Amino acid sequence: MEKAVTPAQIGQAPWRIDHYFVSLVIFLGLLAAIIEAARSPDPRMVMQAWTFGACMAAFGAWYMKTYVGRTPADEKATYADAVIKAGVIASTFWGIVGMLVGVAIALQLCFPNFLYFPDLPWTNFGRMRPLHTSAVVFAFGGNVLITTSFYAVQRTCRARLFGGSLPWFVMWGYNIFIIMAGTGYLEGISQSREYAEPEWYADLWLTLVWVSYLLTFLGTFWKRKEPHIYVANWFYLAFIVTIAVLHIVNNLAVPVSFLETKSYSLFSGVQDALTQWWYGHNAVGFFLTAGFLGIVYYFIPKQAERPVYSYRLSIIHFWSLIFIYIWAGPHHLLYTALPEWAQTLGMTFSVILWMPSWGGMINGLMTLSGAWDKLRTDPVLRMLVVSVAFYGMATFEGPVMSVKAVNALSHYTNWTIGHVHSGALGWVGYISFGALYCLVPWLWKKKLYSTALVEWHFWISTIGIVLYITSMWVAGIMQGLMWRAYNEFGFLEYAFSEVVLAMHPYYIIRAVGGLLYLTGTVIMAFNLWKTATSGQPVAAVQPVLAAEAA
Amino acid sequence: MNHSWLERNSILLLIGIICVIAIGGAVEIAPLFWVGGTVEKVSGMRPYTPLELEGRNIYVREGCYVCHSQQIRTLRDEVERYGHYSLAAESMYDHPFQWGSERTGPDLARVGGKYSDQWHKGHLIDPRSVVPESIMPPYKFLFSTPLDYRDVQALLKTNREVGVPYTDEQIAHAKEDLVAQADPNNDGVDAFEKRYAKAQSRNFDGNGAEVTEGTALIAYLQMLGTLIDFKTYHADAPENRR
Repeated sequence: MEKAVTPAQIGQAPWRIDHYFVSLVIFLGLLAAIIEAARSPDPRMVMQAWTFGACMAAFGAWYMKTYVGRTPADEKATYADAVIKAGVIASTFWGIVGMLVGVAIALQLCFPNFLYFPDLPWTNFGRMRPLHTSAVVFAFGGNVLITTSFYAVQRTCRARLFGGSLPWFVMWGYNIFIIMAGTGYLEGISQSREYAEPEWYADLWLTLVWVSYLLTFLGTFWKRKEPHIYVANWFYLAFIVTIAVLHIVNNLAVPVSFLETKSYSLFSGVQDALTQWWYGHNAVGFFLTAGFLGIVYYFIPKQAERPVYSYRLSIIHFWSLIFIYIWAGPHHLLYTALPEWAQTLGMTFSVILWMPSWGGMINGLMTLSGAWDKLRTDPVLRMLVVSVAFYGMATFEGPVMSVKAVNALSHYTNWTIGHVHSGALGWVGYISFGALYCLVPWLWKKKLYSTALVEWHFWISTIGIVLYITSMWVAGIMQGLMWRAYNEFGFLEYAFSEVVLAMHPYYIIRAVGGLLYLTGTVIMAFNLWKTATSGQPVAAVQPVLAAEAA
Repeated sequence: MNHSWLERNSILLLIGIICVIAIGGAVEIAPLFWVGGTVEKVSGMRPYTPLELEGRNIYVREGCYVCHSQQIRTLRDEVERYGHYSLAAESMYDHPFQWGSERTGPDLARVGGKYSDQWHKGHLIDPRSVVPESIMPPYKFLFSTPLDYRDVQALLKTNREVGVPYTDEQIAHAKEDLVAQADPNNDGVDAFEKRYAKAQSRNFDGNGAEVTEGTALIAYLQMLGTLIDFKTYHADAPENRR
């Protein structure tokens, strides 16, 4: 271990292009933060500048400590795993934060008299809700995707991550984006584009980080020692590329001034609405589906120790899924001022989308052929497999809800919230937990601290999901029926406020469901922490390429 | 085609992905910018007044869109509950659109003029004082925070850059117009009302001369859905067929 830095050691660690790139970014980032903090007339921008400056300073200090005059031990290993360990910690942390905020806002809707503060804007529902969605989708889900993709791509390419310290820039940069976005929401900075709320400067920063991510990923392909690119990587690549396209197009906007947070979107009205829901639906399609299917295609075969069920089905699944998903956005705008032809096209493709989704589900589930008994003994595998079952359920419900006649009832109601959470909690959550339960023992080379705690996690959170989605289904359908109910004189039967009142018990059940789910996640965090710090060491068996399908 | 080509060449795979995902978006979104009838021909639409625009910024800032839609669908119960179904033309100056996706609270597309200014103020300060069943957060702070409108000209200018037809005159008088709209005794009221058809100059928050954030928000809410003259809109006219 090197402690003191001597000129000889500096000589041993020559500066590479990635060192210049990351240092330049940190320097320019600090400079931008100082200029904004000093010159901006917008108090919100000043606060964001201080936040960003602090993040850059922390990143810079870490970077200097790690790279100046030395080569970190991790760089001499076969695979870049230190950055993945950091990703596991970040994922778990953000998971708890995001779900905690979710429970908080669920309770606000139950007890508005106690959980709102009339003089304090920061904690209002309108600012906390984007914090919840972004924290669970982008902070938790995004870190899981970056982390698992970095793990899988190295093993399936048999190559170290490309770019030296570039993966570290991706990890730091992405989490700095999360901090900027989250603190921004609480301060009242929002573009009001659902799941794309961060303002122009945060969007620019994310673009830089995302292009670096794409480069890291592609570069690792270029270094690969395997002739074929493994199927999990197709899904990861489609996720990275498509999110880049969606992010850039949906965030086209003109800032009021480079010293202010506010911007106005390039498009307006109906064109803007479809652009946003083209983005919004494909954030689900590519972030929450294609990316996590990458986890399915790597982690399920690994944990089950069986090859992927069908190579041919993988190919069909992949291309049909990414082709059809893109079309489904207009189902968020049925019966609105969007032209009829676009609505019908969106509905049609949404129904067709059922097929590739279930093709993928079958491919994932049938991978267990010959290993079904493991579901009894391995709760981690069970979590992964149940997530695929939830995926099948949510991707059946989705097409049903995009049928116009159903959507007339379900749209604007909590049925949509229930649908989203059956996908988010059941599918995305469980596949992520499963992957984290795999990764910690693999990376820290320890035996999982407690399988019993995984069982507890699984059952507590499953009860949580059931409470959540059933309460929201019932509430949503009730809401839709009450809004359209007529009395015997031909007048609307219920005032809007009566419907709000009727929702109260279901909001409480939902909050309890969310709390149970959060409890499960906390149990997981404890289990993972105990595994990493005090688990039983196992002989360093690096998992090799058992998951190869081709 | 042999799929192993794509599996062996990352750039081919990348190009393949980009081509496949580009088709759907291009076919659905691009025509909306040039197919006739996408945005109906109507009379009455005008850009937001400076005060309304500031109010709209507060609506966006506080995340009102997460609970309130501004899009009345073409369904009988919605039209009876909220008014005429929303036209695309009604949000053509909305950067970004505020159609929303969820009705935790009611639709606001035509809330303008439905309630008094005083009702809005009371409701925003303490929603449950006027609607006991409400679960809306209180926005008391809006009425103690003076509106920061130093950059209002820049707001209008930026809107013009993205396509809202503000005139040079409207931009030049943005600050006076903002003050005039919030104060009916102001000397600039006549000039302001000439620049913005159907605009109302009132003391929206009933709180003397100071323009608060609450003033701006109420001014915005009170104009929502009031601009179009539905007597001149014919859904069956060939140019509105969609």
